[in-house]
Amino acid sequence: MAIDRNGTPLVEMRDISIAFGGVKAVDHVTVDLFPGEVVGLLGHNGAGKSTLIKCLSGAYQQDSGDIYINGDKVSISNPRDARRHNIETIYQTLALADNLDAASNLFLGREIVGPTGLLDDNKMEAETRKVMHRLNPNFKNFTSPVSSYSGGQRQSVAIARAVHFNARILIMDEPTAALGPHETQMVADLIQELKRQGLGIFLIDHDVHQVKKLCDRANVMKNGQLVGTANVEDVSADDLLGMIIAGKCPPGAIPGPGAIHE
Amino acid sequence: MTDADKPARPAQKKNLFAQLEIDTRLLGMIGAFVILCLGFHFITDGRFLTSRNIFNLTIQTVSVAIMATGMVFVIVTRNIDLSVGSLLATCSAVMAMTQTFITPEVFGLGLNHPATAPIAIVVGIATGVLIGAFQGYIVGYLGVPAFIVTLGGLLVWRNVAWYLTNGQTIGPLDRNFMQFGGINGTLGETWSWVIGLIAVLFAFYSFWRNRRSKISHDFPVKPIWAEIVMAAITAVAIMGFVAVLNNYDVPRRRLQQMFEARGEVMPDGFTQGYGLPISVLLLIAVAVVMTIVARRTRLGRYIFATGGNPDAAALSGINTRLLTVKIFAIMGGLCGLAALVASARLSFHSNDIGTLDELRVIAAAVIGGTALAGGVGTIYGAILGALIMQSLQSGMAMVGVDAPFQNIVVGAVLVIAVLIDTIYRKRTGAK
Ligand SMILES: Nc1ncnc2c1ncn2[C@@H]1O[C@H](COP(=O)(O)OP(=O)(O)OP(=O)(O)O)[C@@H](O)[C@H]1O
Ligand SMILES: [Mg+2]
Repeated sequence: MAIDRNGTPLVEMRDISIAFGGVKAVDHVTVDLFPGEVVGLLGHNGAGKSTLIKCLSGAYQQDSGDIYINGDKVSISNPRDARRHNIETIYQTLALADNLDAASNLFLGREIVGPTGLLDDNKMEAETRKVMHRLNPNFKNFTSPVSSYSGGQRQSVAIARAVHFNARILIMDEPTAALGPHETQMVADLIQELKRQGLGIFLIDHDVHQVKKLCDRANVMKNGQLVGTANVEDVSADDLLGMIIAGKCPPGAIPGPGAIHE
Repeated sequence: MTDADKPARPAQKKNLFAQLEIDTRLLGMIGAFVILCLGFHFITDGRFLTSRNIFNLTIQTVSVAIMATGMVFVIVTRNIDLSVGSLLATCSAVMAMTQTFITPEVFGLGLNHPATAPIAIVVGIATGVLIGAFQGYIVGYLGVPAFIVTLGGLLVWRNVAWYLTNGQTIGPLDRNFMQFGGINGTLGETWSWVIGLIAVLFAFYSFWRNRRSKISHDFPVKPIWAEIVMAAITAVAIMGFVAVLNNYDVPRRRLQQMFEARGEVMPDGFTQGYGLPISVLLLIAVAVVMTIVARRTRLGRYIFATGGNPDAAALSGINTRLLTVKIFAIMGGLCGLAALVASARLSFHSNDIGTLDELRVIAAAVIGGTALAGGVGTIYGAILGALIMQSLQSGMAMVGVDAPFQNIVVGAVLVIAVLIDTIYRKRTGAK
């Protein structure tokens, strides 16, 4: 499916920088995302991928640079702001409250309340059963706390939470890291379906083959800088690996500030 | 929607308690409490489980139990409040001064005016809320650990109370105010039965509502016999409690005075039980409200989520700083309520009111299953914890155990209770 990149991008993160103490975790990075597009973010451990997307999800605030949504400059200073712009995030750490059950986590911060203003737990549980059933039919463990779930089950809850609330922009930070092959395939199918619905998705993943399969474009980061951006059709898996490991930008890609000049 | 889309909740339940959906932890605590009471009952040759002693036990527990419900929220969010005893003293001082000086003299209402008690109570609770919110602000927004802020508060508020009153005892307090002290304000037999009946009906209604709501979502429900057993147990417990309190008779001389005050003659053979103390009613109201807050409101959900994983809570858009302020404000307000009960029971404000209550309150919450690691705790557990502590103390006093040894036992019980809880949680795999 061709993606129209002539209009305004859904998201544009322009010249983002953020440092922790002396560490430049993200160093003048510019990325964009169009509706119906899946954009991969690749890079070695500590390259700054999670930090970059956390600026978009409201977990961090960038030191400099701007974020545009549908061409409008927005200020995202906390996760509530991000949710207001229909940005949903699956964090690498999953961000689940271990002592609560699946439904409480899924609806955390957006609980369903009855006419009296009290929580309607039964309704939330019923909805959770429906969502989880689509995502992971083997999931049965609805009333026990998340701490008793397997890694993959926890990840399923985090994914369900991100897709349940009509996201327009979805951030997935290594969403399949703990999943088995069958569940990974279900997430891949889910990504295709959401893409058809016109969502824009940032996907962080270490598996270049997965990125080539699922993404339309890929950004590679190294030491906080952008090495380059490429259409996945224009580069091979080895090209991507070269970008990740050596910071070499192949001919098919648009080089960024972090590319090595030979 | 087809049936295949509607995943069924697995219905295989194993043992009896699971079928009744009773928390086994609660059952363990009740069991320990019953054994404790029976033990004292036999050692004291049947003096422990009398109406009179049960009545006294309940009114002695109220003040600490009220604060323990707030301490649950504080500890669940991985904080601590060491200042509650001192805060109680400050609230008590403010209330005492309001009713003995400000309303009678500054407002010119005189003594025992009907408006005095409500004004004093509102002022006292507001004081607690404000001080609590202030401490919560320092913890939540300025990032000073709660342990330090409230350790400071422990010293500050005890001595603020001292300065307010110049270290003097203030009393006697307003007549209506003292109704909240326990034996000075009870409902009498008839009203106690009425309240008991209302409580039973309310319990039945909430059982029924919960069942209906589950059915409407196609969740499996308890077998009907289990519902009936639970309802029966609840009804017997509530009515039995009322019966015990009604069975404690007001002394003849006091009744005679009451009749004389009304200019009547007491009929021969007239007796009247005390019934439910207003302070106990207050505790029950606090328990119900706090339980609803904990389980059925957003605030409660956020408190537990933040306790379980503060980062996850923040990433879900919860304002954890403001939440901290709210929790400490609630704790402060409850200290104000506890001050009402404690000073009304004494019938005066004294300097040392609430001394060491912080330790009793924390111990009650912890014995009641609140985990210091955060995220876990129940309101009923904390109240039961307070009751267990008070029974232990009263029972030992009744048996004639030396005061220092009483404290040694209470300290040891605290540690052992938490040890047993830790082992239990490991066994059951719960957090
Ligand atoms: N809160 C923080 N405080 C201090 N340093 C941080 C913080 N968050 C990230 N960093 C640093 O920023 C750099 C980038 O981290 P980041 O988590 O973005 O990497 P990543 O590309 O997501 O790596 P991975 O593939 O391992 O998830 C690292 O050097 C990390 O130590
Ligand atoms: Mg990361």
